[in-house]
Amino acid sequence: MNFPAIKAIYIYEMKRFFRTLMESFLSPVISTSLYFVVFGAAIGSRIDQVDGVTYGAFIVPGLIMLSVMTQSISNASFGIYFPKFIGTIFELLSAPVNFLEIVMGYVGAAATKSLFIGVVILITAEFFVDLDIQHPWAMMAFLVLTCLSFSLFGFIIGIWAKNFQQLQLIPLLVITPLVFLGGSFYSISMLPPVWQTITLFNPVVYLISGFRWSFFGTADVAIGFSLLAIAVFTGICLAIIWFIFKTGYRIKS
Amino acid sequence: MPIVEVNDLRKVYKGGFEALKGVTLNIEEGEILALLGPNGAGKTTLISTLCGITTPSSGSASVGGFDIQTGFRGARQLIGLVPQEVALEPFEKVLNTVRFSRGLFGKKRDDTLIERILRQLSLWDKKDSRIMELSGGMKRRVLIAKALCHEPRVLFLDEPTAGVDVELRKDMWKIVEGLKADGVTIILTTHYIEEAEAIADRVGVISKGELLLVEEKASLMARMGKKTLRIDLQEPVKAVPDALSDYDLELTADGASLSYHYDTRGEGTGITRLLQALAKEGLSLRDIQTTQSSLEEIFVGLVQEDAA
Repeated sequence: MNFPAIKAIYIYEMKRFFRTLMESFLSPVISTSLYFVVFGAAIGSRIDQVDGVTYGAFIVPGLIMLSVMTQSISNASFGIYFPKFIGTIFELLSAPVNFLEIVMGYVGAAATKSLFIGVVILITAEFFVDLDIQHPWAMMAFLVLTCLSFSLFGFIIGIWAKNFQQLQLIPLLVITPLVFLGGSFYSISMLPPVWQTITLFNPVVYLISGFRWSFFGTADVAIGFSLLAIAVFTGICLAIIWFIFKTGYRIKS
Repeated sequence: MPIVEVNDLRKVYKGGFEALKGVTLNIEEGEILALLGPNGAGKTTLISTLCGITTPSSGSASVGGFDIQTGFRGARQLIGLVPQEVALEPFEKVLNTVRFSRGLFGKKRDDTLIERILRQLSLWDKKDSRIMELSGGMKRRVLIAKALCHEPRVLFLDEPTAGVDVELRKDMWKIVEGLKADGVTIILTTHYIEEAEAIADRVGVISKGELLLVEEKASLMARMGKKTLRIDLQEPVKAVPDALSDYDLELTADGASLSYHYDTRGEGTGITRLLQALAKEGLSLRDIQTTQSSLEEIFVGLVQEDAA
């Protein structure tokens, strides 16, 4: 294992993050506050409790997941797309590193960034609603796993993308709808029966449900399913990345 | 044992373009090998393949005894690569990007070494500048610093002086000489024959994916070298005297000098007989000089032969 290389990539990527720390910090704080104003105060005041939790508190896990997922994807996809775009990827390819080390460096850094943003949102949320987190360790574990798995997914998108438009395509076309329709802002039980069944095909439902369980102890689906979903998703991403480096897909001729 | 061994290396790109048609090449430790060839000859493909950027279609290669595919870690640790295109992250600072390269190659941070390299390349006072603030020549130096910072034993320079001003080119040659003195093996590709002529020990000529020849620069020039003897006359003549017609002499327009072409490979150069004949004709000589054909002429000759 080439640990200095993993460290070098990780530090290099984190430096980019620190260069824009203010923006990285401000944007989630502002957007979360806006969500609270709109959903929590304006709409939430007309909604009764959901699953025994006030609506304002209910949307917190969904909000964090929404940001963490999109941030993980955009951080990780940009992280590997940029060297491809400007040509510095030659150095990665000619260095004595294997795919696992490259992934650990890039995905580790991207996941750290989105974890930071997730925590910032959680703290911001504390200013608006009372949160009594029932399973804090499970909450952290879910958060970290989501950061990692979606950063892996973002890494794949970054390698697949041939231009900046494609880089935005998957997050915009697939992830945002899946997250919005995955119960970020509502409980599945609020849907008509047919849609409840259809929703179960959305993998994001399992993540948000599991995450929400760690906050409030109630979930739409069993916690075991949530863990399984995240494990399967991570496994698929790892397999795809292994294949990418094995064949050199879109990075090597 | 050669430090770089290339054995029947082939590369066919997806579109069917055969960039390398079975290249076999041994490079000895500590030598400077210049690869000459026109655009699209396969020079960059060869280097990219050895460095791990391109996957070979067949054949094998090793660096320092490590196979470039199965023993890629060992091989790549020994290799430094200065690519043809200037590819650097514009927002990063010089020192950080060099440190990053060292780390990437699995080496512990060593600020003394990096300072020495940056000083050698006249980059030390730019260490905190962002890449985008640097001139083109400076960026090239940064690429070299990045390639050198993990102390490679084999350095690939892919057209290091393309689009570089004369001063930097001379600097670059000096750096190469310094590295050679440290025992680093250097493989460089170039369009500039004078570059190969100035610094290489051996010259390889690539055309259309084939290595046409690899030879000691000196013996290549001697073997292929045509020499020209130029004879300046005291008194101009109107025409080459009939008695000298066997020698295929060329007379300059002003009639003041004669040129005689001969081949150093020949049994005899015929110079003695020519001079005797000149004396017999009563021509007195002002000066004599010989010139050897440059690598450029040899190179152009070879590539044209190959095209024919």
